[in-house]
This record gives sequence, structure tokens and C-alpha cells, in this order.
Amino acid sequence: MMRITAPELEIAVLVLGMVILMVEAFATKIDKRILAFAAIAGLAVVLVASFFVAPSPSPAQATGFWNFYTADRLSIFFKQFALLTTIVVLIMMTDYAPVVRSSFPGATPQAGLGEFFALPIFTCVGLMYLVSAVDFIFIFVSLELVTISFYVLVSFTRRNPITLEAGIKYLVLSALSTAFLVYGIAWIFGATGQTNLHRLTEALANPAMNHSAALLGMVLVLVALGFKISAVPFQIWVPDVYQGAPTPVTAYLSVGSKAAGFVVLLRVLQPFLVLPETQRLIVLIALLTLIYGNLAALPQANLKRLLAYSSIAHAGYLLIGVVCFDVRAITFYLVAYLLMTLLSFAVLIIVAQQAGEEISDFDGLARRSPFLAFAMLIGMVSLAGVPFTAGFLGKFYIFYAAVLQRQITLVVVGVITVGCGFYYYLKVVRAMYWQSPEKADKIPVNGLSRFAISALIISTIWLGIYPQPILDALKR
Amino acid sequence: MVLFTIFCPIVAAILIMVGAPARKTALAASVLTLSAALFLFASFGYGRGDFQHVTSFAISPEWRLNFTTGIDGLSLIMVLLATIVTLAAVWFAGAIDKYENAFYACLLFISGGAIGAFASIDLFFFYAFHELALIPTFLLIGIWGSGNRVAAAWKITIYLAIGSFILLLGLILLYQSVPLASRSFDIRALQAAAGLGQISADAQRHIYLLLLIGFGILVSLFPFHTWAPEAYASAPAPAAMLHAGVLKKFGLYGLLRLAIPLLPEGARHWTTLLVILLLGNIIYVGLVTIAQKRLDWMLGYSSVMHMGYIFLGIASATILATTGAVVLIFAHGLSIALLFAIAGELRKRTGTLVLDELGGFARVMPFAGLAFGFGVFAAIGLPGFANFAGEIMIFFGAFKNGWEMDRFHIFQIATVLALWGVVISTVYMLRAYRKAFMGTTSEQWRQLADLRPALHVPVMLLVGALLCYGFFPQTFVRMVAPAFRNYLAANR
Repeated sequence: MMRITAPELEIAVLVLGMVILMVEAFATKIDKRILAFAAIAGLAVVLVASFFVAPSPSPAQATGFWNFYTADRLSIFFKQFALLTTIVVLIMMTDYAPVVRSSFPGATPQAGLGEFFALPIFTCVGLMYLVSAVDFIFIFVSLELVTISFYVLVSFTRRNPITLEAGIKYLVLSALSTAFLVYGIAWIFGATGQTNLHRLTEALANPAMNHSAALLGMVLVLVALGFKISAVPFQIWVPDVYQGAPTPVTAYLSVGSKAAGFVVLLRVLQPFLVLPETQRLIVLIALLTLIYGNLAALPQANLKRLLAYSSIAHAGYLLIGVVCFDVRAITFYLVAYLLMTLLSFAVLIIVAQQAGEEISDFDGLARRSPFLAFAMLIGMVSLAGVPFTAGFLGKFYIFYAAVLQRQITLVVVGVITVGCGFYYYLKVVRAMYWQSPEKADKIPVNGLSRFAISALIISTIWLGIYPQPILDALKR
Repeated sequence: MVLFTIFCPIVAAILIMVGAPARKTALAASVLTLSAALFLFASFGYGRGDFQHVTSFAISPEWRLNFTTGIDGLSLIMVLLATIVTLAAVWFAGAIDKYENAFYACLLFISGGAIGAFASIDLFFFYAFHELALIPTFLLIGIWGSGNRVAAAWKITIYLAIGSFILLLGLILLYQSVPLASRSFDIRALQAAAGLGQISADAQRHIYLLLLIGFGILVSLFPFHTWAPEAYASAPAPAAMLHAGVLKKFGLYGLLRLAIPLLPEGARHWTTLLVILLLGNIIYVGLVTIAQKRLDWMLGYSSVMHMGYIFLGIASATILATTGAVVLIFAHGLSIALLFAIAGELRKRTGTLVLDELGGFARVMPFAGLAFGFGVFAAIGLPGFANFAGEIMIFFGAFKNGWEMDRFHIFQIATVLALWGVVISTVYMLRAYRKAFMGTTSEQWRQLADLRPALHVPVMLLVGALLCYGFFPQTFVRMVAPAFRNYLAANR
């Protein structure tokens, strides 16, 4: 069998993106959605190939390129995660294409569609590099690749003032957070003389060293990553950007960007765990994030905005996992989060085109489309954390780790906020099943979306009953 | 066979959602489930304290998490209760005006969840199956409820969700309190570990408190009871029957299943607290019940109040009283289901359940009057009904315990006060019965139709089970007592 090494995956995806852009530029007559289907097929091939990747050398004997880049279990797993997310997002984008098209009045038909389908591929490359990065320089470069392609994607339907506002906010705040990142890296480098995370661990373990400068650098890096994972108090941009961005992009931001952020956070924090201040700081951030995310979600009437706050809330639960440094709990939670969030967004995109994005637009959805209503029901109960869904097991593992480490405050706050979660997620269920619809016409769902949504439903329930595959994926 | 009783309702619910004829499928499924439960009952091996009909599937070897099901005397009685009430509830449901399929699917999900929880030997599934019923309950009250259904549905859902997560913490702590080598979600393994004294007294106290609060919220233990009357008053009758009759009993079952064998030290430590709270159930909620002006609210509060007796049986930790608690769980489940069913039929016909507006229904609806009368007398604890057997065992057992515990004779005092609860429940039950069914029939109710003959079947089923069990409680006692004998004997 042919041996594939991990960097070839990124190169393949990169080539795929360029080919799509080329075809986009020269073949003007075709239906641009073919590009999306080609991209989905290409990414699927890479996804399959990623299961046959050869392991990388261990960090101690790494040389050359492998100083920056690792292909351990965690990174391979999250490369697959990024590929899967991108595939689902591209499927959503084909559903969303009419909205993009109508947002450019007077322009040539299909203007901008090709780029809309090509950009996520580059984001995907960035995410894949990011989860492999073990050097601050490399983290910075790949983070920029992700962020810059998101700048374009977030403000893609730029004639819409809300989208434009979202784009500006994302641009300014993201640039600011990048500045924090670079400044933090500079401090850490100044204090320890290292940018490689593995050697940084050794440097910090040295008791003769003064830690305060490195700690300051870590706090600055934490600010930047807090922005990525939407942790309080760096969450200000989230509701507006999530609401304003094109919905598939919102889904991408809330899943792909966040997951990669958490992987980087885990990698970056690892050297600093020898310092007790770090954990106290993360506990505080986790508490704030849990409380703010859940309480602010309670009064929301717009579903996209609700999902934005819910994404902050879930960052809080994930941060509990970071406090306990339970990588598998975090991984499982992220997978569950991927499934249920993408499921909710996929339904939202279809319904929003017929009705709207307000929760009241979902009134009586059970009558207009039982399939979509059921899909949303599964998404919402999983987000809330009802057993036999992946979301419950995610919370279970997180709480398990927290109880094991006797993080009483986090557990107590976590349980109370779960109660809040039931309220705002079931608000959507209530709209779909209790209320009667304004319009009675059916909502059509095309074949590909129906397939994707069914697959997401089945995997949400499947992982809720049989979680072992995910747990095994990291162990081998 | 145990698997069949769990999955028959769930599969039927899925079939109904996909489009099978709702009522027929639901009835067929509940009849099948009941026959399966009766088969288990008939083939039960008496005198054994262990689980029978055990099947197990590995889910996560690393966590020693298996999907293990099986029954002992205690869970068999719970399964039997669940299947009987399910059949009655489905039968009473009749035609539903909107989303008929979803209605029956929700009922069957609640039923399947309850049966699954009772028959699971694995703690994880024990918990998860119970939660399966949460969303259907929310939908049942929200879509088909009456009165202030919105507030009621939110209240029950959020209360139960928080209660369950507190319970989950307790279960996680329980799992972690055992040394790594014997860590398992299997109740039998935990019992073995507890038998070796591997669960420290300190851990037991923490776990028991979490379990008491978690289960307490689910069973409407005072002061966590306020969700119950409101939810039962607003829920459609079949949902109230299933929830008050079966699902709520999950918390009591959990305490019996976990607290007594695994956490004797924790139970002893928190006895005083539990006794005070359960007296709150009996006396305070009892008095509140007397003050109710609507039949459905009165029934809701009365179901909260009766939980106090069962808690008394559990708290006293004698074999007699604990067995009595199980008997009363079964009896109360049947009688409250019967009462809610008849109240639901009344509401269908009259559109109101305000006691002052009702009156003289026994004249126009003799069968309903008779059935409600049976329910009332059972709830009061008239000899001949199973409730009497349960209550008397609890009182005797609890009173006896008072002598041996040198703690201010707390159980004697509690028993004496709880006996007054019998008087209280007699007052409100008989008063409600008199107001609704006795007296002169006012002009507007003259034309009311009695229950259809088809509905006589579920009534007979419930009353029959109540009576047969009331006259021959010994069959059940022989079934349940072995399940406790090891622990409570070691306890003394």
C-alpha cells in the first residue's frame, strides 16, 4: 500500500483549491455549483486518504520541517474533523447559493459563486495546518491563513449592511487579537528563547528561570485564542458576526474555527501547566463564559443569534475540559458539537430561505416539514444534553473529568447553566411543535441536503449510544 | 424478554412516527408489553435476591460500560406497574384532534423510557432511559395540555432537567468512589464493592445527599415539589397517568436500588433531614391539598403528598417498611392513574374541573362514579386495597425502627404525624368525591354521557390489579423482600 505522509494531505487540499479557482476563472459558462460538488468529492477523497497516514517522528528527535509540524493522533483526528466540517459546510453553501446570487443585483449571473465555494477550501488548509502546528511561528502563519479567508467569507454578501457590519467587526477585532498573539509570542520568545512548544516545556520546567515574563506572554496568547474560541471576555464580536455572516460561514466559524482554536489552546497551554496561575486563570474564564453564554442566550428571539450565544456557552463547557486537561473529553465534546451545530445550521439555512431566521419563523415547522422539524429537534435536544444524543455524552465526559478533579464551583455552575440551556433550546422545539404555522406550504429539501441531514441525525444518535469509536480514535 | 418489554414501546413509537396507524399500533404494543411483563411475572424465581433474565452488551469496555438489563423482584414490580398503566393510558387516550401520531409516540416513549430505567442494571442506562421521557413530557404538556400549559411545561422540564443533572453528578461521584480496579457502572459490581466496604463513609454522605436532592426533585420531595401539581393539572390525562403513576416513581426506585444497598452510612447520616422533608410532604402538602378548589390540582397535590409515606418507608430502612414502600409505589401508581383517567374524562365532558361547579355526577355517570370511588378509597388506604397493605407495613416498620434508633425517637414521632396524614387525605379525597359525584345534579350536567363500555376495560384492569394485590399482598412481598434482605439485615 502506498504510504501517505501527513503534509501531503494539506498539499492535496491546497492544489484542489487552486484548481477550483482556475476552473472558476476560465470556465464561465458552467453551473458554478458543479465546482462545489467537485470540491466536496475532492475533500472526501482526502478525508479517506487521511486514514492511511504514516505517523510522524516523536517530538524529541524531530528535525527540519517536523520542528514546526506534528502528525500525532490528535492532529490527524482534527484534520479529519476539519475536512468533514468543510464538506458539510460546502453542502450547506450549495443550498445557500440562491441567497448569494440574489445579493448581487445586476451583476452577471453566478457572480462570486465560484469564490464562495473555493475559499472554504483554503480555510480548511489553514485549519489542517493549525492543528498540526507545534511552533508559535507556524501557529501564527496558519492562523492567519484561516483568518484572512474568513475575512472574505464573513462579508461575502457585502450588499447587505448587516453582513458588512459583521465583516468590519470581525476584521478589526480579529486583527487586534492577532496583534495580541504576536506580542505574546514575542514575550515568550524573549523570556525563554524558544518558539517550539516542546522545547518551551523544557525551558519552563527549569526552576532557575523567572516565570513572570513568560506568564505575561501566555496571557497575551490566551487573549488571542480566547477570541478564536469565543471565551468571555473576548466574545463581544460573536453575536453580531454570527448573525450577520452568511449562514454557512457562521456554521464554519462556530465549528471549524472553534475546534482548531481549542486544539491550539491545548497545545499552547501544555508547557504552561507547570505554573499554578494558569489553571486559576482558565477556571475564571470558564466560569465567566458559562454564565455569560447561557444567561445571554435566554432572551434571544433570533435563532442565528441564539446559536451564537450557545456557541459561547459550549465554549464554557469545553473550557471545563481544558481546566481538567482531559483531551479526550474535549475531543468528544467537539465532535458532538460539530454534529449538532452543523445539523441545526443546515436546517436553519433551508428554513430561513422560506420563512426567516427568527425563532417565530419556525412556528409550526412540524406541519410544514416533519423531517426538518425532527432534525432540528434532535439538534436542539443534543445541544441541551438529553441522553442518547452525542451532546449528552459530551457533557457527561466533561462533568466526569470535573468531578474527578473536584472542581466543585465549575460543576455547580455547569449544572445550573445546563438548566438554562434546556430553556432556550426547547424554545425552538416549542415553536416548531406547539405553535401553528402562518403559512401551510411544504418546505422542499433537495436530495444532497436530505442525505447530509439524515447522516448528521444518525451520527448524533449513534455517538450518543456508542461513543467508543471516537474514544478509540485518539488512543491507538 | 426483558429487552422486548423495553424496546416494544420504543419501536412502536418509531413506527408511529414513520406513519403506522397510531392508536392501533400503540394498543397492540402496550398489550404485547403487558403480556411480556406478565410472562416475566409468571416465570419469576422466588426467593432469590439476584437479577434474573440478564442480558448484556458491551458499549465501552474502557469505562466498563455495558448495556445490561435484567430484573429482580423490585424491578419486576416496577415494570409490571409501568406496563399496566401504559395500557390503561393508551386505552384512555382515544382520538386526538391534532398530531395524533406524535401524541401516541410520546406516550410510548415515556413508557419505554420508564421500563428501560426500571430494567437496567447499568447505572448509565438507568439514568439515560429515564431522561428519554423528558422531551416527550414537555411536548405532551405543551401541545395537548390545558390551562396554563406553557408555564407548566417549562417548569416541569427545567426542574426535571436540573434534578437529573444533579443526579448525574451523584452517579458520577458514586462511580468514582470505588477503587479503580472495581470501577463499573454495573449495579451488581457496585454492590459487591460496597459489600467489601470500598465506598468510604465520607463519600457515601456526599453521594447520598446528591442522590437525595436529584431523586427528590424527580419524585417531588418537599420543597422541590412545586412542579408536580401544576404539570399534572395541565397535562392531558394519559400523560398525567403515566407520569404521576409510573415515571415519577423512578426517583423512589432509584433510592431503593442505590441508597439502601450502596450507601447505608449516607442514608443513616441524612435520616433526620429526610424525615423532616417527608413530613413536609405529608403534613404541609396535605394541608395545601385540602385548600385546592380544582379537582385536577387536588389530585396533583395528593400525588405529591403520598410520596411522603413512601419516603418514610425508605428512610426507616427496615425490611418491613421498605417492602411496604414498594407495595405502596405500585398501589399508588395504579390508584392515581385511575383518578387522573376519570378526571380527564370529566374534563372532556364538562370542560371544567372546579369543584364548586361540579356535582351529582354519580347519577348521570354511574360507572365513572363507581370507578372514581374505587380510586378514592384506594388512595385513602381503605383495607382491601393495595394501598392499605403498603401503608400499614410502612407504619409498622417505621414505628418499630424508632425504638432501636436512639435519636429522639424520630421515627415514632414521624409515624404518629404521618398517621394524621391519613386523616388529611381522607378529608380532601372524600370532600372532592362528595362535591363532584354526590348531591343534586345541576341542570347543565343532566345530559352527560357515562364512560363508553370500551373504557370499562382499563378501569377494570386498574381496579382489578389494586384489589387483587390488596387481598394478596404476600405474593409481592415474597418477591420484593429478598432483594433487600442482604443489605438491611447487614444494616442492623
